[in-house]
Amino acid sequence: MADQPTAFERFTQGILPENPVYRQLLGLCPVLAVTNSMQGAMTMAGAVLFVLLCANVIISLIRDLLKPHLRIVIFTLTIATFVTIVDRFLAAYMYQMSKSLGPYIPLIIVNCIIICRCEVCASKQSVITAASDAVGQSLGFALALASIASVREILGTGMFFGFRVLPEMWPDWVIMVLPPGAFLTFGLLLGAVNWIVAMKKAKD
Amino acid sequence: MKPSEQTMPGDNNRISNFFIFQAWLVLLLASFFGASLAGIQLTLSPKIEANKLNETLEKVPELIFGAEAAQSFAEENRQMDIERQYIKAGNKIYSVFQAKTDDQTSGWVVKSSGQGYADKIELLVGVDAKAETISGLFILDQKETPGLGNKIMEQAWRNQFNNKSTQQPMTAVKTKASAPNEINAITGATISSKAVCGIVNQSLNNLRQPLAKALLNDQNPSDNQPNNHQEKK
Repeated sequence: MADQPTAFERFTQGILPENPVYRQLLGLCPVLAVTNSMQGAMTMAGAVLFVLLCANVIISLIRDLLKPHLRIVIFTLTIATFVTIVDRFLAAYMYQMSKSLGPYIPLIIVNCIIICRCEVCASKQSVITAASDAVGQSLGFALALASIASVREILGTGMFFGFRVLPEMWPDWVIMVLPPGAFLTFGLLLGAVNWIVAMKKAKD
Repeated sequence: MKPSEQTMPGDNNRISNFFIFQAWLVLLLASFFGASLAGIQLTLSPKIEANKLNETLEKVPELIFGAEAAQSFAEENRQMDIERQYIKAGNKIYSVFQAKTDDQTSGWVVKSSGQGYADKIELLVGVDAKAETISGLFILDQKETPGLGNKIMEQAWRNQFNNKSTQQPMTAVKTKASAPNEINAITGATISSKAVCGIVNQSLNNLRQPLAKALLNDQNPSDNQPNNHQEKK
């Protein structure tokens, strides 16, 4: 396995060079849906971190037992279990947040970041590598959510994490907290990231 | 399994070739995960139910006396007894909370639900003791459009229902509400507004009489003894 990335490489790649949202364009449903407030976005990022970490560790532990034609079933089974745990946990201890995130927590089951990491990393590499990969990718996901959510929440409501940052006279751009705002913000930020990457390449 | 393998005699009957045996890990994990989820559900579901009930109970004083009165009520540290009842009316079973202060019924809070624009809307309606006027409205659960339909949760909009008569059905209108039982619909969310009115109308229509009757039954012992009130004075 000499050609496989090490644990540290997996960790750092997930954050920026292989950012799941901006570079891999994965898991865009929650990116568009829950980024109208920072609190919601960060809860979602935490939930994804928990699910991805648990799923990656379990899959990595049983990687030698996996049969090629049954692996996806096992990935989905594992992911669904941990997502259900998160969902119940939020409903019990963060009731208001669970109410505002609504169906998007159960929908983590079909978040392709997680199944992608199980397939690419956890089913081939050791537990430690898989765990650091999970943390790196989740941080990258959290970073992407935070970047979009802060633009949308500040412009849309004049607030950040529920605290007012823009003066009262700011005319809230309601469109930013509505679905079109998600597409606009994500499109512009994605464009900016691509532009920066292109600039960097040109310099090299 | 490749088709060529399937035609080989003997090989087909080998126990390890049956999918059910190949899937031993899936089955094992499924039972293990299933068991742990059952455990989690058992541990957390009382807490989740309690969260929902708590939210309802918390809102009861506000729904009956209004936000300000409820606040001063809480500051005076007065006790309110809330009794949960189930009333069957119009082929639906309603969860009804009877609020009593100093042994007098001060009002009722009805939990009701119905289809909104996106999903089920769950709400609480507060009415006075005789179920004649609405004293408050609260949205427990909704998945309406953020920024438009979810404005049904805003206090300013909900307050329109206060002091409306339960005799006439509420209607949501797009122009300025003028008639006594008209509600200003939210701009861009007429369906959500109408849905809330519909749920309120239906539950009040079903429960107006049962609630008034329940109040009479409650008061009956004292009504039979007219001297009772004078004795208290």
